[in-house]
Amino acid sequence: MLLTSSLIQASRLQFALTAMYHWLFVPLTLGLGFLVAFFETKYYRSNDEFWKKTTQFWSRIFAINFACGIATGIILEFEFGTNWSNYSWFVGDIFGAPLAIEGIFAFFMESTFFAVMYFGWDKVSKRFHLISTWLTAIGACLSAYWILTANGWMQHPIGVEFNPDTARNEMVDFWSIVFSPVTLTKFTHSMLSGFLIASVVVIAVSSWYLLKKRDIEFSLKSIKYAAWFGTFAIIMLMVTGHTSAQVVAKTQPMKLAAMEGLYKGENGTPIVGVGVLNPKKSYDNDEKPYLFHISIPKGLSFLANNDFNSFVPGITDIIEGGYTYKDSKGNERVALSFEEKMQRGNMARKALAVYGEYKNKPNDTPGKAEALAEAKKYMDENFEYFGYGFLSKPQDSIPNVPITFYSFRIMILLGGYFVLFMLLALYYSKKKLLEKKRWFLITAIISVPLVYICGEAGWIVAEVGRQPWTIQDLLPLNASVSGVSSSSVYTTFIIFVVLFTTLLVAELKIAFNQIKKGPFGIKW
Amino acid sequence: MNIFRRVYNFYADGFRSMQVGRSLWIIIFIKLIIMFLVLRLFFFKPELSKYDTPQQKAEHVLENLTK
Repeated sequence: MLLTSSLIQASRLQFALTAMYHWLFVPLTLGLGFLVAFFETKYYRSNDEFWKKTTQFWSRIFAINFACGIATGIILEFEFGTNWSNYSWFVGDIFGAPLAIEGIFAFFMESTFFAVMYFGWDKVSKRFHLISTWLTAIGACLSAYWILTANGWMQHPIGVEFNPDTARNEMVDFWSIVFSPVTLTKFTHSMLSGFLIASVVVIAVSSWYLLKKRDIEFSLKSIKYAAWFGTFAIIMLMVTGHTSAQVVAKTQPMKLAAMEGLYKGENGTPIVGVGVLNPKKSYDNDEKPYLFHISIPKGLSFLANNDFNSFVPGITDIIEGGYTYKDSKGNERVALSFEEKMQRGNMARKALAVYGEYKNKPNDTPGKAEALAEAKKYMDENFEYFGYGFLSKPQDSIPNVPITFYSFRIMILLGGYFVLFMLLALYYSKKKLLEKKRWFLITAIISVPLVYICGEAGWIVAEVGRQPWTIQDLLPLNASVSGVSSSSVYTTFIIFVVLFTTLLVAELKIAFNQIKKGPFGIKW
Repeated sequence: MNIFRRVYNFYADGFRSMQVGRSLWIIIFIKLIIMFLVLRLFFFKPELSKYDTPQQKAEHVLENLTK
């Protein structure tokens, strides 16, 4: 058990850090692609060489970031097969189809339009070049959509049937998976965070030029449009954050409760603005949940249900069950307790075992067909709680509350900071005060790590908050891992860290060199 | 010149005239070589690859899920 626990922790650590590393590069690609396309549209319309140089400079930063990110995602797919083999098999074609589509999209869109974007200046028509730039940006978006479709399904597994003969989930409704509410909210929220990150990077690089008193026109114009783009992104992030919370309330109530450190819900549940969790609090004691907190009355009820007086279940409520709620199909249901879910999960697992046992018996075995049919019936009836059959106590179903709670607050507080930052950028840009506001230019540069922390914190909320599930309610961590040794997981992780950090240093050096050369100091 | 020749020349000229791109491609190739020829071959062997058929893989996972 100790070895299994160590293996789970090693595999989780490896996956978490490689995924976070991957997410350092993806959002800038997603956002900067659209800014580059916008700048090129300005060039296309005005035929002004200034906009061509501006487009080429930001394209170059886009390409360097793209090159940094290449292959950082592939390691995640390796990890699925090596460290999470039960999970990889169990998800069946649900993961395979979106990832295959993503691969085809990435290959065709990026190898053609990306190449035209970089090799095509003065070789193809301006119009075709502009279209290629837009399609590169849109292609990156579509790639992200398919990846998030796979992720969305893990958070809200719909549109599938489990086949006990193959031990795999099989897709029965492609479109319900593709247009799952979790996928849609996750996609819009992730895309917009990419827009925000790209805006902050463009403003920061331009601010550096302004501090150095060089490339003034380029910097002022870049900041102007990036500030508009960033303001749009941060406002829409608040909207999609609200819709994301509503979807989480319906599909992953435990995650929402952990985000809030909420143990006992009520009608008109407040939301904690700032707070410190009580480390002694657990779902089964009467300790106060917070040592200190400033809350907005009825805020969580509104955030989750658009209704100030609605009931939002806390961690203890979810474990004890008995409250009524509307499921994702809008049906009113009474929540089962953890014990009841565990019993049904165990029934599903036992039915699967019986099915497996009878399946391998000779066909002339008396009662085989009836036994298989009955086992399948029991399994189907209880399959939605299948994963609870691997848990042994209520604590097993609770995510790490402090990590989820504080990450959520970091994301929200930084989000608030970026509302202010973007509005100031817009104001100073409009009033032509940017060059005089040295403190703002320095703040803009410092904001680059902050915007990445904000994005990563959002993903920590999404992924730590859904623990212990690799697939919500169907498969927990302990049933997902492979039988590899934890030392081999740590070894591969160290290799990955050393290799990619070394290469990242080289890549960042190239990026900083290009920034130092500036938009007019480089030959395309 | 046929379309394939033109596409080939487009890519060939593009790669030839690259400046910063050349360093980036070198880094990308190093990454891909290490990923596929070192990490994949020696460290990230798919756990289920030791089974030959999908049936055997299914049996193995089924056993893990029900034991």
